[in-house]
Amino acid sequence: MSDTKEKPATAEFPPPVKWVDDRLGIGKLGRKNLRKVFPDHWSFMLGEIALYSFIILILTGIFLTLWFKPSMAEVEYQGSYSLLKGLHMSEAYASTLDISFDIRGGLLMRQIHHWAAVLFIAAMMVHLLRIFFTGAFRKPRELNWVIGFGMLFLGIIEGFIGYGLPDDLLSGTGLRITQGMIQASPVVGTYMSFFIFGGEFPGDDFVSRFFTVHVLLIPGLILALVTVHLFLVVYHKHTQYPGPGRTNNNVVGYPLMPVYMAKAGGFFFVVFGITALMGALLQINPVWLYGPYNPAEVTAGSQPDWYMGWLEGSVRIMPGFESEFWGVTLSWNLLIPALIIPPAFVTLVALYPFIEGWITGDKREHHLLDRPRNVPTRTGIGAAFITFYGLLWIGGGNDLIATHFGVSLNSVTWFLRFAVFLGPVLAFWVTRRIAISLQRADNERLLHGLESGIIVRSPDGSYSEKHTPISNYEAYELTARDRLVPYEVGPETDDNGVRAPRRALNKLRARLSRFYYADAVQKPTAAEIEEAHSHGHDDDLHELTDSDNFHEITPDRH
Amino acid sequence: MSEKNLPVKADDGDHGAVEVAEPIADPGLEPHEYRIQDIDPKAADRVERQVATMFTLAGLLSLGACVAYFAIPRDATLVFGPLSGNANNMTLGLTLGLALFLIGAGAIQWAKKLMVDTEVVEYRHDANSSPEQKADIIGGFQEGVAESGFTRRKLIRRSLLGAMGLLGLPAIVLLRDLGPLPGRALYNTIWAKGIRVVNDVTDRPIKPSDLIVGQLVNAAPANLAPLQEESAVEYQNAKAKAAVIVVRIKPSEIRTQAGRENWGVDGILCYSKICTHVGCPISLYEQTTHHVLCPCHQSTFDLADSAKVVFGPAARPLPQLPLAVDSEGYLVAQSGFTEPVGPSFWERG
Ligand code: HEM
Ligand code: FES
Repeated sequence: MSDTKEKPATAEFPPPVKWVDDRLGIGKLGRKNLRKVFPDHWSFMLGEIALYSFIILILTGIFLTLWFKPSMAEVEYQGSYSLLKGLHMSEAYASTLDISFDIRGGLLMRQIHHWAAVLFIAAMMVHLLRIFFTGAFRKPRELNWVIGFGMLFLGIIEGFIGYGLPDDLLSGTGLRITQGMIQASPVVGTYMSFFIFGGEFPGDDFVSRFFTVHVLLIPGLILALVTVHLFLVVYHKHTQYPGPGRTNNNVVGYPLMPVYMAKAGGFFFVVFGITALMGALLQINPVWLYGPYNPAEVTAGSQPDWYMGWLEGSVRIMPGFESEFWGVTLSWNLLIPALIIPPAFVTLVALYPFIEGWITGDKREHHLLDRPRNVPTRTGIGAAFITFYGLLWIGGGNDLIATHFGVSLNSVTWFLRFAVFLGPVLAFWVTRRIAISLQRADNERLLHGLESGIIVRSPDGSYSEKHTPISNYEAYELTARDRLVPYEVGPETDDNGVRAPRRALNKLRARLSRFYYADAVQKPTAAEIEEAHSHGHDDDLHELTDSDNFHEITPDRH
Repeated sequence: MSEKNLPVKADDGDHGAVEVAEPIADPGLEPHEYRIQDIDPKAADRVERQVATMFTLAGLLSLGACVAYFAIPRDATLVFGPLSGNANNMTLGLTLGLALFLIGAGAIQWAKKLMVDTEVVEYRHDANSSPEQKADIIGGFQEGVAESGFTRRKLIRRSLLGAMGLLGLPAIVLLRDLGPLPGRALYNTIWAKGIRVVNDVTDRPIKPSDLIVGQLVNAAPANLAPLQEESAVEYQNAKAKAAVIVVRIKPSEIRTQAGRENWGVDGILCYSKICTHVGCPISLYEQTTHHVLCPCHQSTFDLADSAKVVFGPAARPLPQLPLAVDSEGYLVAQSGFTEPVGPSFWERG
């Protein structure tokens, strides 16, 4: 039927689209983006999960605001949860109970909201790791790394504040800890605490104040950052893994319309569906079991949401140092684990692209991703960061670990006090070694093909293993990476005998750069490949006695 | 396509890589392979039926969710081993969740199995502006600056910058009423001379004979409960500082600190319940060692030794409340706390 219609000479939009286009020129925008190409890889879905969880949080959050009462006025609970009937509690807690017991779908939405919050932050973190280990943060994408990091930071604060809204015993305990840290900050601590809480803790202001921050301020900021983040992804075009036909100058994949509209759109529903199923089946934050907040009570083994664990651990394993001098008190036991280490850690991560860029002196645009093994030092640094974070996180559950494994709490804590320093160094070193040996294995494969496991005896009596060459496509993929060399300091003086400026800084930079690149295994040159192939070609055999660097076959290795 | 995006030869500004001829030439995209659905219309129809089934089921499940909403009583429970819970919540969540999931799964299946899967190549462009664009914008900007006289008219420039800067002050000052100044609030609790120590659950005053050796009771000042009638906030704030623990320890096991000889009554000692770390109420008492543990970060205090810290991140002992017995034989405070309770703060000294 449509075959019979001729394509009109001047194509025109259907009327409603035309109406909009006449006013907004949406056609110009769509022309460029409708068929925009995105490369396909499972690891590119992580950011999507974060985005979708955020949308789910907004949708379920709006539902919750319809019944949640952000007030700390005292009421007597008369809802249908009989165990708390008649108890005095804040309106915030009472309305959370109402959402959980008296409003149909309320518990479901609360649980989806909380599961999506947990997923949101987990997805952002894993997404960040993907970006880190593949070097996707390099020029021109450094700013998008910083924006992404800002969203992670805001997301964690947002989740923590949300956790405080229901005003149950657990959330109140979390807030008390935060208040204690604020109060112990040097110089302005007590003032900050009194201004944030409207006076002494707990007071009756924080739920309504935090509510505004939770539903308006931070979501607004995150939304703005998401918009810029996605705009930049479109502007820079997505990175891709190197491979045949995939270069630094192109992007190979499927068009937005129709493939990604269906795939990404579908994936949103999948994520929403899974969080809804979790909300239906897996209980999370059953606030009715904790009771209303009471500043003189606490539940044993109380745990914050998982993403707060590392801060908790950092505070837990710190020894109790405090100094008093000149009539003031300085609480090192909070200053170091809460006000110095986390911000320092966070700043290092946020600024990593600039640090690496300075050290390597690399100012080119990068659109091809690194395989983690091909940048062993960066990969090692990533492993060190993960280890540091992981050990602090374990510290946040030191009591659970002690009771679970029947060891003393003191031993766990003392072990962690040392491990947070030694663990990252060890992790760095081991990971870097592993990356380097993987690089060797790649070169091995490239030069000599696959080990077939067949040992052949040649007429002159020597033994060698038969190798099958790899495909040209795979060989190209293995070599599609930069040949990295360290930054050079340059001569001490220039041609006119004038001392080069900022010599010391440059030397440090060169030393760091050597640390970055010196041990990395270079890919073979064309000549080396040629040599290796012709050498093995006469009979497709390899001498075992070959002392080539990339050639360490021993007879028992198969 | 722009040559500028290519890794350039390492020169002054571009360190990090050297360009040596690629060892293996780019063979170009691997040839596209057809899927069975591309060749066999029957297979394609099968996929279509699959996808349509998912969408249909999703529609039915949405209807099911509405039925569940109205038909399942709010207070019914469902028992499926570890997945038990409120029946209304579960049926609603299951139907909705599956409906959403099936829409998504169907769309993905459609995209993967039926939509054209030949890869498309798009070229990249430099992120930066072209020299002409740069020249244009710089020219425009300079013209604008010149026309405004912003650089020439120093008086306007400076007074404007000053005015903008000073605008920051009211923005900060306006926040002043967020809360009162700390004043002496953190130094005082509602404990005072002669206030009775009452059990914090029953509100009954405590006699020394009510406590056996080894026993620990959570307690409060007798003037706390009446506050609740007056003002819920005052009550909570007072409680957050005044909560105490009363413990009875065999006198021979107590190591009394100089100056505190008469702070106990027959081995009965009273300490602040608020952890000196960041203020959680401490809670776990171990009779044999007289240690009390804060559940938040596991600071451990020895109650027989002036509640000194024996482990954990807290830096100071729990403040001790001096006890006495009143004319009717009940435990009372000799005075308020002699130091601020709870977390440290800068001005504390
Ligand atoms: C941006 C990411 C967000 C995160 C990480 C987040 C996280 C949380 C968490 C963990 C809770 C505690 C839930 C519980 O177990 O009771 C919560 C509560 C709440 N959230 Fe959010 N939320 C986000 C966005 C939003 C938005 C956009 C809204 C509204 C427009 C919202 C409205 C609420 C309300 C009203 C509550 C209290 C209701 C209750 O606890 O029952 N949230 N949030
Ligand atoms: S609040 Fe008690 S140990 Fe941290």
